[in-house]
Amino acid sequence: MALALTDDQRAMASGERGEGTAMAMRIVARTAELLGAPRLIPIASAHIDGALYHGDSGTLFAEKLVEGGAKVSVRATLNVGALDLTGCSRDRLPEHERGMARRMMEAYRTLGCEPSWTCAPYQAGHRPAQGTDVAWGESNAVVFCNSVLGARTNRYGDFLDIACAIAGYAPDYGLHRPENRRARFVFDVSALAPSFLASEIAWPVLGSLYGREAGNDVGVVTGVARHPGEDALKAFGAAAASSGAVGLFHVAGVTPEAPDLAVALGGEKPERTIVVTAEMARTAQLRLSTAGEVDRIDAVAIGSPHLSPREFEELARLIGGRRLAVPFYACTGRHALAHLDKCGLRRGLEAAGVTIVADTCVVVTPIMAPHPDGVLMTNSGKFAHYAPGNTGYGVIYGSLADCVESAVSGWPALAETAP
Amino acid sequence: MNAIQGEILVEGRAGHGEALVLDAPISFWGGVDPKTGRIADVRHPQHGESIAGKVLFLPGTIGSSSASAVLLELVHNGHAPAALVLHEPDAILLLGLIVAREMGWETPVAVRMDRDTFPRVDVDAVLSISSDGRVLSTGA
Repeated sequence: MALALTDDQRAMASGERGEGTAMAMRIVARTAELLGAPRLIPIASAHIDGALYHGDSGTLFAEKLVEGGAKVSVRATLNVGALDLTGCSRDRLPEHERGMARRMMEAYRTLGCEPSWTCAPYQAGHRPAQGTDVAWGESNAVVFCNSVLGARTNRYGDFLDIACAIAGYAPDYGLHRPENRRARFVFDVSALAPSFLASEIAWPVLGSLYGREAGNDVGVVTGVARHPGEDALKAFGAAAASSGAVGLFHVAGVTPEAPDLAVALGGEKPERTIVVTAEMARTAQLRLSTAGEVDRIDAVAIGSPHLSPREFEELARLIGGRRLAVPFYACTGRHALAHLDKCGLRRGLEAAGVTIVADTCVVVTPIMAPHPDGVLMTNSGKFAHYAPGNTGYGVIYGSLADCVESAVSGWPALAETAP
Repeated sequence: MNAIQGEILVEGRAGHGEALVLDAPISFWGGVDPKTGRIADVRHPQHGESIAGKVLFLPGTIGSSSASAVLLELVHNGHAPAALVLHEPDAILLLGLIVAREMGWETPVAVRMDRDTFPRVDVDAVLSISSDGRVLSTGA
């Protein structure tokens, strides 16, 4: 079916509200055609992943929208940029790149976006209501928005997110449509030991496995006895969206569109059931590490997605006033930074040797010292997935407690592993 | 290989180059170096190879929603593939080409081809894709 635009949308595309808005509407409409969407639907908000510098082209795109007089027409928060504008940490970008990254961040502000600079906007006060259509970018934010909040978004890439935010419309396609939100497969974790399921590493490890099994499909996790907490669902979704094209998952009895298994499946039989064994969990955990047998670590990085205030409190408790022997990067957004300053946690963490990284993270911009055979330890499934390609460091995956103990001693301590 | 008609996904200039058939899906962000087009994902079976100037057959893409930004950058700096061949429209990736066209930059053509056509492309084949989506082998 061909895409049908309303008179208003057509007028927008032909420049009635300026060339910037016209360019945004043409990008939305062209993408809608490519997707086979029959129409565009109004959106309530956007989360913009496009302000991260990957090269000059993205800056030139944002500045062309600014030159065309475009402004966002809905609430739009910003994902991370390439610079820590708070001054907590220092990047190693060459001068040209730093200048272009700064121009890019300024252009998105000029378009009317909020300077949230976080990949966890859902923990920074941007929580659209269940059932509303939104246009979100950044794979972990997308999966959290769909799965945990129950708002409806596809995986909006750079450019389409800002184009939708300016136009105020998105293609009627994919996860905006209720029939595409029901689970097709079951991911049964009931055979795993309750002690493992209650551990911190269970969720990122299972998320990584889930993502590889799911591909593009929507699934439902069963066998979870109690709500694991929002930070666990955040870690699961981020890991799943790194290893697979996951945009939405359900957890029976936990997430809003899955009061029980039958509702999550839309009353139909699952196309397949994956019964997760202890062996599968163990293999999934091992796959997150790439460094092999090593007798030292060179750095620790946590906070992908950005740490919540609660995760910072846990970090401070685990460090317990000790001094860290290797560089330790804790990535977060301004929303958590404000909390850390208010409750006095920041000074203690920095005194112990923690480098707080705000507005950005160590995997998207060079902050860590370059190290040809460096070993990075992390408790993040997403960092484990992307750090080797983006930073050159090999990765050891472990729990937050293991990360802290390893950072104190300088050698890898792995007390917590899958059963 | 006989000529195969692909369906145009995004219009662009005709392409000519070595075929590179990826054995596994790839995440452009984190998986491809935006400066050079080299495959940077150490877990990818073709880690180290370059997609620049190749007729690139993609069995699928995974991961980050920044794939379009990497492709736009490759178009801008001259390291884009000579043409892209996909099983199904991947809006996140192809958006990089749509935006490049809005910027007034010349883009490689992107076409869709059936899944079962992929394995028939020989390794080391040199292919041409016309701007109307016809794929022709021009020798090894």
